[in-house]
Amino acid sequence: MRVALFVTCINDTLRPRTGQAVVTLLERLGVEVDFPDAQSCCGQPQFNTGYRHATEPLVRRFDRAFADYEYVVTPSGSCAAMVRDNYPRIAARAAAEGRGRELAGAAARAVPKTYELTEFLVDVLGVTDVGAYYPHTVTYHPTCHGLRLLGLGDRPRRLLERVRGLTLKELPGAEECCGFGGTFAVKNPAVSAAMGADKVRAVTGTGAEAVCTVDNSCLLHLGGMLTRQGSPVRPVHLAEILASTEADAQRSGAAKEGVR
Amino acid sequence: MSRSFLGMPAFPRAAALSTRDTRLRANLTHATHTIRDKRAGAVAELDDWAQLRAAGAAIKDRTLRHLDHYLERLEESVTAAGGRVHWAADADEANRIVTRLVRETGEREVVKVKSMATQEIGLNEALAQAGIRAYETDLAELIVQLGDDLPSHILVPAIHRNRGEIRDIFRREMGRWGRPAPEGLSDSPAELAEAARLHLREKFLTAKVGISGANFMVAESGTLVVVESEGNGRMCLTLPETLISIVGIEKVVPTWQDLEVFLQLLPRSSTAERMNPYTTTWTGTTDGDGPRTFHLVLLDNGRTDTLADTVGRQALRCIRCSACLNVCPVYERAGGHAYGSPYPGPIGAILTPQLRGITGPLEQSLPYASSLCGACYEVCPVAIDIPEVLVHLRERVVEGGPVTRRGARVVLKPAKGHAAERAAMRAAAWAFDHPGALRGGMRLAARTRRLHPGRLPGPGRAWSDTRALPAVPAESFRDWWQRTRGGADRSRRGGVK
Repeated sequence: MRVALFVTCINDTLRPRTGQAVVTLLERLGVEVDFPDAQSCCGQPQFNTGYRHATEPLVRRFDRAFADYEYVVTPSGSCAAMVRDNYPRIAARAAAEGRGRELAGAAARAVPKTYELTEFLVDVLGVTDVGAYYPHTVTYHPTCHGLRLLGLGDRPRRLLERVRGLTLKELPGAEECCGFGGTFAVKNPAVSAAMGADKVRAVTGTGAEAVCTVDNSCLLHLGGMLTRQGSPVRPVHLAEILASTEADAQRSGAAKEGVR
Repeated sequence: MSRSFLGMPAFPRAAALSTRDTRLRANLTHATHTIRDKRAGAVAELDDWAQLRAAGAAIKDRTLRHLDHYLERLEESVTAAGGRVHWAADADEANRIVTRLVRETGEREVVKVKSMATQEIGLNEALAQAGIRAYETDLAELIVQLGDDLPSHILVPAIHRNRGEIRDIFRREMGRWGRPAPEGLSDSPAELAEAARLHLREKFLTAKVGISGANFMVAESGTLVVVESEGNGRMCLTLPETLISIVGIEKVVPTWQDLEVFLQLLPRSSTAERMNPYTTTWTGTTDGDGPRTFHLVLLDNGRTDTLADTVGRQALRCIRCSACLNVCPVYERAGGHAYGSPYPGPIGAILTPQLRGITGPLEQSLPYASSLCGACYEVCPVAIDIPEVLVHLRERVVEGGPVTRRGARVVLKPAKGHAAERAAMRAAAWAFDHPGALRGGMRLAARTRRLHPGRLPGPGRAWSDTRALPAVPAESFRDWWQRTRGGADRSRRGGVK
């Protein structure tokens, strides 16, 4: 099977190792991964801030970039939700404004082929045990878009529970928003920081070594707070955990030995 | 009551102050989490909740599509039952009508049933200017009124107060408005409720005029419905000689059968009860029972304009249950007053800018008072897609567009103060549509990463004040892919320039 990786702009620029983890993971599961170079941003920052018209070229670009693929896999719940939830909406609004039906075609092609990583693993590949090894305690924060817009349900959990060596810690108030919200973090900094502080307190209270999500955008916000507080809790994308193997753990262990 | 919501600062400024109020935060967190957990339990009891919710949304939408028809039907039914119907285009007209109606009775005091519509139009202040004193009889509204305060929640207007604060307000203020608080009043709920009961009883027994809103109006019979928990509303609705009800035009439902759906949806969503304790219905006037004169003031005040917006109109489905407030993480931190209107929380963030128009700084800030987490949509008993409307209103703020104001189609100009953001968004959108330029920018960022400051200037400071900035990695994913696999043919397939 051949799939296209939609890496997303945040992962591309700020967390490339998440994209690399997806490649490693999918190839290990026997999937051929392509990275169509013409891809860029899903348009969520513009759309959610009110610049709907600026989003339209990105809908067309998404359609063109992934035209040759049956499956588009992305390690971002919120970007997958943008495509699935908002592309049809953008197309419908454009049609209502009398600007043809071309966007409708683009949206109709994009929606059914776009999968968030855990959906692709569980629903398409039918696996929950991806052969991962991650000897750490982890708490899982189900991000709002993964939880409510995509309805990921227990898919991420089922994947995490099959990771050898991993201990899952319950996160109190897990379903509450972390307070990132894209430009919300800048437009309402006081409320965003208050929400983030409460989430970080809940995360730290679990005693876990790492907090894991399916969205690096939320992790940038939470990780930034943890760093500023000098907390040892690491933000880790689920894909990076699923890509880890015993060999990786040995290598990083050996590297640490070497440093000493 | 002298305080008013008019002239409140924009949401971010008000919220920056209220998030620092630790007592407010503690009161709100405790209260909202208690109600939200109870609500989840009450809703889970019904296995047809999803269908009920869909039915509620469908009935509201159908009624709103033919609102003119159902309002005329309602007017006929109310008139036939002995009531009188008045039409008010805006708050001023509604206040003028009510003031005149009270004056015609010769009375200087009125008792009030808790009502959002009268809060919306500032009726108490308008009556006070005309020398008429309005007494709130809902326990929470009484607390707000005695404390010279503003409501901060739709269902629990004094949610921002704890028991100790309420005891202090009762001790200090009750005497100025009527029967004083009993000696040695404690902060036990039973004693506080008893003090309010004694204070209010005097009002009920002497008042000749009652003023109410309504949760629903049934067009086929001209019946108005108030649902409440304390029974104070029923006293106001049945004891006075004259009853004046001010109701938003969107509250009409066609038939009693339609009402059935909402009498299931509302109590479970709002108070987490299977059935609300008091459901009072009144139809015109009846000899020997209840008020001898009944006036219905039908309030538009921006509702028809809201109805003209194909995305925003779903806000008019709202049955004021306040479930969205109780799950909203933003409301929980900012408190209700930051929303600058009697309609706080997620529903307020979409209702206020539509009813008032998105023209002032507060109204322009409200669509951004959300992280778009979607919890409000999930709990809404009439399935209002609040995030969808928020984003739609953000577009009206930054890009302008067609809106209806006072019945006329006008094109709204983009709000001032968004020029830099607009330029940045357009530049980003352009770069994202030109991957070559994007790659160049990313490489530049990677090469200069050691020079990046730890804290940002300008609007970015809001981020870096509380959060460390993410470090830019040495190599983007795009470049890693090209370096490690770029030679392979497959990476070029599906590519376009």
